[in-house]
Parts: sequence; C-alpha cells; structure tokens
Amino acid sequence: MTAFLRIRELWKSFGSFVALRDISLDVNEGEFLCFLGPSGCGKTTLLRAIAGLDIQTSGSVHQAGRDISSLPPAERDFGIVFQSYALFPNLTIARNIAFGLENTGVEKSEINKRVAELLELMGLPEQANKYPAQLSGGQQQRIALARAIAMSPGLLLLDEPLSALDAKVRVHLRHEMKDLQRKLKVTTIMVTHDQEEALSMADQIVVMNHGSIEQVGTPNEVYTRPVSLFVAGFIGEMNQMSAKVGGKNRVVIGDLEFACNTGGLDQGSDAIVVIRPEDVFPVEPDSGKATPENSLKVHIDAMEFLGSFWRTHLTTTKLGGQNLIADFSVNAVQRLKMQEGNDLMVEMKKSNLIAFDAKSGAIA
Amino acid sequence: MTNWKNLLSVSVLAAGISGTAMATELTVYTAVEAEDLARYAETFNKDHPDITINWVRDSTGVVTAKLLAEKNNPQADVIWGLAATSLLLFKAEGMLEPYAPKGVELLDKKFVDKSNPPQWVGMDAYVAAICFNTVEAAKLNLPAPTSWKDLLDPVYSGYLIMPNPASSGTGFLDVSSWLQLFGEEGGWKFMDALHNNIARYTHSGSAPCKLAAAGEIPIGISFAFRGAKSKAAGAPIDIIVPSEGVGWEMEASAIVAGTDNLEAAKTLLDWSITKTANEMYNTGYAVVAYPGVAKAVEFFPPNLSDAMIDNDFEFAANNRTAILEEWSRRYDGKSDPK
Amino acid sequence: MSVSDVAPGPRIREKVGRDAWIQRGFILIIALYLIISLALPLYAMLSKAFEVNIYQLDQFTIAVSSEDGTFPDLPRNLADINAEIGVLGPDDMTASGDGRLSLTPFFPDFSFRSPVKYRIAGVDDSAVFLVGSERHSGKVPVEVDSNTFRKVVIRPLKAHGFQNFARYFSTPSLFQSIGNSVMIALVSTVITVTLAFWFAYAISRSCMRFKGFFRLVAMLPILVPSLLPGIALVYLFGNQGILKSFLLGHSIYGPIGIVIGSVFFTFPHAMLIIGTALSISDARLYEAAVSLRASRWRTFWTVTIPGARYGLISAAFVVFNLVITDFGLPKVIGGQFNVLAVDIYKQVIGQQNFEMGAVVSVILLLPAVLAFAIDRQVQKRQIAGLTARSVVFEPKPNRRVDLMWFGYCAVVAVFIVGIIGICQMAALIKFWPYDLNLSLNNYNFNRMDGGGWSAYGNSIKLGLLTAIVGTVVVFLGAYMVEKTKGFHRARALFQMLAMLPMAIPGMVLGLAYIFFFNNPDNPLNLIYGTMAILVVSTVTHFYTVSHLTAVTALKQMDVEFESVAASLKQPFTKLFRQVTVPVCMPAILNISIYLFVNAMTTVSAVVFLYSTDTALASVAVLNMDDAGDIAPAAAMGMMIFYTNAGARLLHSLGSKLILKRSEAWRRR
Repeated sequence: MTAFLRIRELWKSFGSFVALRDISLDVNEGEFLCFLGPSGCGKTTLLRAIAGLDIQTSGSVHQAGRDISSLPPAERDFGIVFQSYALFPNLTIARNIAFGLENTGVEKSEINKRVAELLELMGLPEQANKYPAQLSGGQQQRIALARAIAMSPGLLLLDEPLSALDAKVRVHLRHEMKDLQRKLKVTTIMVTHDQEEALSMADQIVVMNHGSIEQVGTPNEVYTRPVSLFVAGFIGEMNQMSAKVGGKNRVVIGDLEFACNTGGLDQGSDAIVVIRPEDVFPVEPDSGKATPENSLKVHIDAMEFLGSFWRTHLTTTKLGGQNLIADFSVNAVQRLKMQEGNDLMVEMKKSNLIAFDAKSGAIA
Repeated sequence: MTNWKNLLSVSVLAAGISGTAMATELTVYTAVEAEDLARYAETFNKDHPDITINWVRDSTGVVTAKLLAEKNNPQADVIWGLAATSLLLFKAEGMLEPYAPKGVELLDKKFVDKSNPPQWVGMDAYVAAICFNTVEAAKLNLPAPTSWKDLLDPVYSGYLIMPNPASSGTGFLDVSSWLQLFGEEGGWKFMDALHNNIARYTHSGSAPCKLAAAGEIPIGISFAFRGAKSKAAGAPIDIIVPSEGVGWEMEASAIVAGTDNLEAAKTLLDWSITKTANEMYNTGYAVVAYPGVAKAVEFFPPNLSDAMIDNDFEFAANNRTAILEEWSRRYDGKSDPK
Repeated sequence: MSVSDVAPGPRIREKVGRDAWIQRGFILIIALYLIISLALPLYAMLSKAFEVNIYQLDQFTIAVSSEDGTFPDLPRNLADINAEIGVLGPDDMTASGDGRLSLTPFFPDFSFRSPVKYRIAGVDDSAVFLVGSERHSGKVPVEVDSNTFRKVVIRPLKAHGFQNFARYFSTPSLFQSIGNSVMIALVSTVITVTLAFWFAYAISRSCMRFKGFFRLVAMLPILVPSLLPGIALVYLFGNQGILKSFLLGHSIYGPIGIVIGSVFFTFPHAMLIIGTALSISDARLYEAAVSLRASRWRTFWTVTIPGARYGLISAAFVVFNLVITDFGLPKVIGGQFNVLAVDIYKQVIGQQNFEMGAVVSVILLLPAVLAFAIDRQVQKRQIAGLTARSVVFEPKPNRRVDLMWFGYCAVVAVFIVGIIGICQMAALIKFWPYDLNLSLNNYNFNRMDGGGWSAYGNSIKLGLLTAIVGTVVVFLGAYMVEKTKGFHRARALFQMLAMLPMAIPGMVLGLAYIFFFNNPDNPLNLIYGTMAILVVSTVTHFYTVSHLTAVTALKQMDVEFESVAASLKQPFTKLFRQVTVPVCMPAILNISIYLFVNAMTTVSAVVFLYSTDTALASVAVLNMDDAGDIAPAAAMGMMIFYTNAGARLLHSLGSKLILKRSEAWRRR
C-alpha cells in the first residue's frame, strides 16, 4: 500500500538559511501524525509546505497519489486550524463554519444542515448565531476545527491548535480532538512543541531538529528507543552522562564500569550514556540477593514530592562528578524510608541504559 | 506615440466635423474680469447663436503661463481679452495665427499688430492710476499726490502699495511706463526712491486699489477701471491720474495657431472688433479700439486717454525678462517690509 | 557526514492560481498608478530643472553691408565675432526660457542712423530670432536697416546642464528664501510644539473640566485652508485691524504673520501626535516616582519628557514639514518676505519661468525629504518601544493646578476660535471698515474672481471623488502590500512609493504634473485640465497618511485569514468583501474623511492644475484674496469650514452607527 501523503527530498530555504533539509516522509491514510520539535526546527514550515501556503524550494509532495508539489493551496485538499484559530470576527459561528460550503453548488438548506451537524459534533449546538468574540477560547478552537472539517477534506492540518489555551482546557481538548479524529478517520498532521501533547495524541511522531527529521516512530518508540541524543533529551526527562567505551558492551562512567549496549562504538571512544529517571531503581537492602549488576551507592541530596512520585536528586563522587535524578514511587519511598541525607543503592539496568556517539549524537 | 497622436487628431477632427454641423464650440482663453464674461458671451451669441464659447478664465499671469506651457499642445482656439504684452510673447513663439479681421482698417492703429496680416487686434485699454483713500489720508495728514514724482515724498513712507511686476500685468505696465517716461536710468532711480515708500508689493494688479479702498493702505498704484468700481461700491477713494502721463496695457484678441475651428475663430475675431463689441467693452473701459465709440464711464477720471503715454509694446515685450530680472534683483531680495 | 546546504532537486515553481493572477493584476495596476502619478512626474520635474536655455551664437550668421548698401564681405558667424571682441563671457550665455539677446553690442561701430544694412540668418531651422516681435527662423537671410537692427534679438535654445542652479545661487532674491523658509519653519515648530505639548499635557494629566470641548476646538484648524488664518490676521493686526496696537508698530505682513498663522494651522497635528505619546506613558513609572519622593519637577523631567520624547520629535518634524511646504499662508500674509513655496508660484505663474520653478522645487524637496526621513526613523523606534503592556495613567484632581490648566487651554481655545470667528465676522460685514452693517454681499461669489459658487460645487465634487477613488485605491493598495504572498521586490517598491508623497510638497507635485501631463507626447495629457487630474493629484498628495491608516488596520487582522480562505477554496475576493472590508470599516471611513477634508482645503498642488471649469473653493479663496477681495475670500473660507465640519459630523455619526451595529463582534 502506498502512503496517503508522500514527501520526497523536500528542501526549503529562505535566502541562505536552510529551513528544511532533505525531508522524506510517508503518512498513512487515517493516521494522526505529530511534528514535534523545538521552536525554529522547521515543523511549521513543513506543515505550510504541505498546505502549499509557503511552497518548498525543491522536492515533491504527493497526496492520495496526486502530485500536489506546485499547486496553490486552493487547489489542494486540506483543512487547517491555526494557533490563533483565525475565525472571521464579523461572521457568526454558523457563517464561519459555512464559509467554505458557500458557492460550491450546495443548497442553502444542505449547508444549514451540515453546519448544525458540525455544531452538534462539537458539542456547541446553541452557539450558531453568536460571534467568535462571545465564545471562550476552547469553544473558538472547536469552531475553527469544525470549519476546517466542514468540507470533509482528505487531510487535516493543525498548527499548534491547543497552545493558546490554558492547561486544563488543553488536556480536555486533547482527548476530544483525538476522539473526533478517530471518528472521522481523517488523516491529520499536528504541529506541536509540547511533547506531552504529541505523546498522548499521535499515532506517529516525527521529531524534528534544525530542519531535519531526527526520528519517526510511535510515541512509545520515540520515548523508549530514541535514535539520537537529541530525541532522547527532547522527549521526557533524561539523565545524561559522559562515558568512555570500555570494551564490547561495557562503558566507563567516572570510576565505574557498566554493562550497556555499545553497538558499533570503538573501544576508548567517547560516548554519552542516558537513562530515564523512572528507570533508576532502588535496590532493596535486605533482599539478601547479591548486589546486582550496574548498581552503585548514592547519597540522597534533595527530594521533591510531585504527587504521584518523588523526584530525588542523587549525588555520588563515583560518576566523575555527574549526578543522577531518579523518580521513585511513593510506595518505594515509604518502604525504604528514604529521606534527604540518607544513602541508597540504585540500579541502572543494562536494558535501560542507552549509549550514543558523543560526537555525532547518533545511537551507538 | 505617433499612433496615439493620429488617433487623437482623428477623433478631434471627427469632433470638429460633427461640431460644424450642429454648433461649434470654441475654447476661449481670457483674463477679462469674471463679472464681464457672461455679458460678452451673451452679446456675442445674439449675433452668432451657432457658436458656443467655453471660457477658460484666470488672471493675466496664469493665462499667459498656461498658454506658454501648452505651446506644443494648444488647448485654446481663441484668446479674447489678454494683455497685448502677453500676445507679443506668443507671437514671438509663433503661437498665433495671422488674420486680418473684417473691418480692422477702421480701428485706431495703436490697437492693431504691426505685422501684415496682423497677428492680434486690440479691444480696449486699461490705464494705470492711483487710488487715494481720502478718509485714511485725512487721518494721516497725507496730501493728495498729483504726479508720480510726488509719490517719492518721504511723507508717504509705508503708505504706498503697488503690484509686483513679476506677477501682475498692471505692475509691469507701471514699471515699463516709468522706464519709457523717465528713460532707463531715470526710471530705475525713480523706482529706487519709490521703493523706500512702498509698504509691500501685491501679487495682483487690482489688489492695491482694493486695499486702498478698504483703508488697509491709503494709496494704491493700480488701474483706473478698478478704482472706478471700488468707488462705485462706496469706497472713499479718489482716482488720481499723475501729471507725467500713465502707462497702459491693451486687452487684445488673437487666433491660436493650429486651431481645429478656424472658421468659427475668425467669426469671433471679426465680431470682436465690431462697433457693437466695442460699445460693450466701453461699459468698463473708457478707452476702446474703435474710434468715436467711447463714452465717459462713471467715476472715471475725465481725459484719461490724453494722459496715456505712447506705449511701445514691443519694447515692453522684448525687454520684459531683462526688466523683471533687474526689478527682482533690486527690490525682491528685501526681506523686511518697511 | 558532510551536510549539503543546497537543495539537489529542481526548483519548484508555484503554479499560479486564479487568486494569484488577480492579485498580480491589482498590484500591477496600483503600482502603475503610483508610478504614473508620482514617479514619472517627479522625474519630468527633475529633468526640467536641468533644462537650460543657451544663446547658441554659432547658430547665427550676420553680414554687414558697406554704406552704399552692397554686401562685399561674406556673412560671419556670430560666435566668431564674439570670440574676437568678447561681448559675452561663458556665464552670460544662459537665459531664461523667455530670454532675448540684442545684437547691436556685437558691432562696436553700430549707429542707428547709419545707412549700413544687416543680413541675419540661421545656420539651420532651429535658430530663432525676432525682428521687433516678428519671428524668423531658417537659413534665408533677413535684411534690415540700421534703425531696425536695434530691434533684432536672438532667442536661446534648449540644452541640459547645471546652469539653472548656478543662476539660482547667484540670485540673492531667490536663495535668501532658503534661509527665510528654514527660519520660519524652525520658529513655528518651536512655538507650536511647546504650545501643543502643554495643551496635550493638560488634557492627559489634569482633571480640568471641558476636556472634550478643548480637544474638539484644538482640531478645528484642520477643517480650514491654511490661508484662512492669514486672512484673519489681516483683520486682527492689519493696518485697519482691531488689535493692531498689539504688534507695537510691527507689520503683520511678513514673518510675524506667517509664524502666527503657521502655529494655528499646525497646532492640531502637533497636538494629536504629542497627545498620543502622552496617553501611552506608563502609570507605574509615576507610582515609582511618587514612592521615591521625587519632586513634581523632577518627575516631569525624568518620566514625562522621556516618555513623550519620540512624540515630541515626531511632532516637531511634522510641523516643520507642514510649515516649510505651505504655500497659502505666506502667499496671503507674507508681504515681501519670500519663502520657497511662494517662490515656485511666482516663478511659474508670475514669470513663466518653469525651469526656475523646477529648481526651487528641487531645493524645497531637500529639507522636506530630510525631515521626513528622520521622522520615519524616529517613528520606527517609537513603535519598538511601545510593545510592552503598560498601565494607563489616571490623573488625580488638584483644584488649583486644574484651574491653571483650564486657564491655559481656554487661552489657546480663544486663539483658535477667535481666528475662525473673525473670518466669519469679516465675511458678514458689508465694507470693512467704512460700512459695518451686516450683509451677505460677500457671498456673491459669482461677481468675483476665482470661479464663483461653481468653484464651491467643484470642491465638493473633488472632495467626494477624492474620498471615493482615493479610499478604494489606497485600501486596495495597502491590502496588496500587506496580505499577498510573494513578489517581494514589487511590494518593497510599492511600499517605498506609498511613503514618498508625504515628503513631496504640494507645489512640487503640482508643478511636476504640469511637466508630465501637459505634454503632447503623453497619451495621458487627455486628463490635463480636467477634474480627473485634480483627483489624481489630491489622492497622491495625501496618499501616505491614508496608506498608513489602512496598513495599521490591516495589520490588526489575523495573518492567517487568507490561508484559511484558500484552504476552504474560497477566492480572496470573497474574503475581502465579507471580512476584510467590514472589519476595517472604521479605518476606511477615517481614510475617506481625511481625504475629503484635505481635498476641500488643499491649495498647493491644485493651484497649478485647475482650469476654469474646475476652479476650486480653496483656490478661489487664494485668488479672491490675491485680487484684494479679502472679505469674500473669508466668506468662501468659512464655506469650506462649514462643509468640512458638516462632513466630520456625518462621519462621526456614521462611525458611531457602524460601531453600534458591530458591537456584538468587536472586541473592546
């Protein structure tokens, strides 16, 4: 099966500045895809190129088998929601939604029916005759979405659609949008800089940096198996430690040696080894077992209670002056009577340690 | 570009042809006072109802500038009622159509261009005069002047006003008459002394008399016709004709070379020198081109035509630039009014 | 791994959709409009300034007969004769377009009584000489006797060079105007900005009463032509003036009159700019000053003045520019005090010296362009400093201080209302100062120079046409610059052209139009002398402020509206009609009223362009004043005032209605 949206060797430059570098990407029909990356990484530029709003310098875009590389936006097939929603302030909600349906040969009564349907879908059936300024931010966002899908486009583009909302509404709308997308089965691309948003909503995440794609994968893949140091650092919390490759699948961090998959890295080369805070486990002192592999003694320097878990700052002299952050469950903290000032044994399992080439940032 | 021109001339020609069939429209440039124009057109149309006149009226300076600017693109068919000095400028530019109107031999020779056939014909003369506000003069103890030289008396310092010859035809006829009356050297010496008494120079020729009439400045060097009008309006002024003689300017008419309505233009020019026309001019002007027509005009000083100097228009026209340059050099740089 | 910075594939060219074609069409049309109405005329004017008239002596040959009337010698070239005896130096060869050179000085033994005859000929057809007033040209010799030879003059030929400028700077009566103009503009600027600053300060920083009334009065001068204060000053301080003794023997005709009048007509402009600057200053700074126990005086110098400094600088440049380019006021009240703007008029209308008019125009362009350029820089910085949110200052009542400010504003208001009132009074008095009965005689415009009542009708027509055509052109132009994609270079050029009119004095624009449109080779000369050229010149003259108003309004619209419409496959024209125009309606109305009021009052550009059929009320004021009919001039000026006041009233009613109807969707 060929992809619904097929991007090949796409470049975009503004003068001498290269905003997108050799982007190739496939998006399957019905998929919810997120472009995730820091500001300036080119994610919005890529979205606008797909929409034809700022056409690429070179490279091709095919949608549903059709070459749309050089078409103006009006000749493409997409709906779009912007961060600002861009609702027409002087038109009622109903007319905003109907804007794209007018002049298309559709009967007026049909239009009204469709608008009512969409308002129903959005859970805002009573707002038809209000103006955008009379609605809350969340309501406006849903109207913008309704307008974008009114013509049943093949592709829905969302440019940071939630970032103008406050935190609570944002979380709520995440679910609604995801549900809606599932219901409509419309291929959707959302641009966001919020990793939580991407992780919770996307089927596939495209992590971008400096105009290039770093990794494409499911939320679980990019979280647990980052393919580059950038992805590892950008998504979620991560302990990063400078290390040297001590041998095949052995790394030396400070004074200690750990078992860790070193892939193709040469012995003696510099590496960065990372581990997520939740993957640093406490070793039960009275378990009676032998001290497990990859464990070390640390000092609890500080503890922050974050509700569902404790974030602890662990210090040690053994790791060459590098310290650790670990997230422990409330349960574990109680059980092990952890408190600031105590010492503790922790384990960093081989399967949880990931080594990257220190120079290129690529996975080992 | 040539295509455009052709197209234009064709359409103009077409307009011309259809025009003669119905009524011809003549575009006439004039500096005749606004209130007289309607009367002129009305009288003319009594004899020639088939010719409609589109007036383009403005002050002498503006009309002259306009015609010169349109030298290569003339918009006017006829000039009717513009200073002869201006017409001489146009003549020198080759802008006028030579034509001897019917009956031109009946006119006073002074009023006809010397070329044969003449390129312009005169209508009437407007004559320089001093407007003297008796009320203000009495307040200021100013004696009434009787001659140009009287005006040099320091007692008048700051109480005289005259038009700027660079912008006003009246101003220029004063200056050129003084140069002719007192000779070149004497003329400038006279003006040097006069300059010391002048409060300011106005842009328009009628303004000094109106300002004198309003008492703003008690003595205005202007022209007699304007003074008579102000006096008729109730201003406390006397119109004084200086004893040395007064400069004058002729209002004249001509056909603009290259007009598409030559026949109608000739008709208008023929009519403009008829007795009827001259009688009409006489309503405002005491001196007209047709001998024996002139009757006294109310409030006009008697025997004004005797005081008119033998004006050399050619001298005035050919030396205009040089005179104005000299005048500006001497008096225009003065930044502070006395 | 080496990273290439160059895209390897072929460059993608966007397919041009229907919208893009339409937009390109519009951009082209409006850019063309600005090029035709601005760039080309200015170019024509510049080249005119370098057009000189030179006596080409080598174009003429002269043969001299012996006393018996035979011509034994071959004709000699005039240039050779001059080289031999040196009548004219190289500097004497330039003339004005109307120049004439007598030939007798070239023949030292000339006597008009001599029987010697002369034969004059050109070497080709371009050489022109006059015998008396008779024009001759060409190679056929003209024979004249000695007496007639006195009347032979040669005419100069057109060439290009810097001689006009050399002539300008060697003529004191001309170049003195530069100093005069700059001096007047500087003095007026200092006085206006000072008065306007305290006035705006009183309105924004005190709790005095009748603030709304004072604000209204301060805006009145915008509604009248700049000539009107000149006329009022004649009645107030002229030789028959009511308050003549106030001047202690000085004459109102000259710098004093120009400065007082300039202060009057520039006051609202300065007040608006400074008022805006003061109203945006941050109350938190004042609270900080109070908490630091800073004295009022210290607070003023450390908080108020720095906060308003860009406004003050901007106001100063705007006033300077208005004064130095104004023509009407110095024309009416300037007396013998020459300024640049009036010099242009005198050169062109008085002396028909178009080349020198163009030279003065170029000179006048310099300070105006300079002031404009500096002002633009300052405004850019002010916008940058404005982005932070600040707290609006709320003045606290202080009976004594408020009373003082009330007194000050009342004096200024009396000055403004007095100037306008005295004109109305003058218009109604039968024959000042001899017959003080009231009459409407002065409204009998048809009996005066200037165009009569039809001029008033024409002005209203011009005002309406300018408002309609101008608003459409300006708003569409601003929309294209702001809201279209691509064509970066074309848009940058357009933006520059749109900013240019502000720096072009009206007189200069008018003169440039003569040179450009009154040219038989220009197909557009069809509009010369019609209402169309007046509309075009007025729209162009007032383009910049209108354009900035439109751009500001458009900038407040969401930048993605066009993208949304495109994604919904709707043409931009629908968006423009249904959203852009309704949302920008207040700005559109502001542009039209601005254009209308200015079309009613402007004199400078149109004074060169009106014809008898299109005489205008503002020009009629000028011409009636020129002819000494001061009272009718005042009467016509007041007609303009009432018309503008009425239009303003209609405008504010219309705006209120629209705002009320759109209350539901407009955010407060």
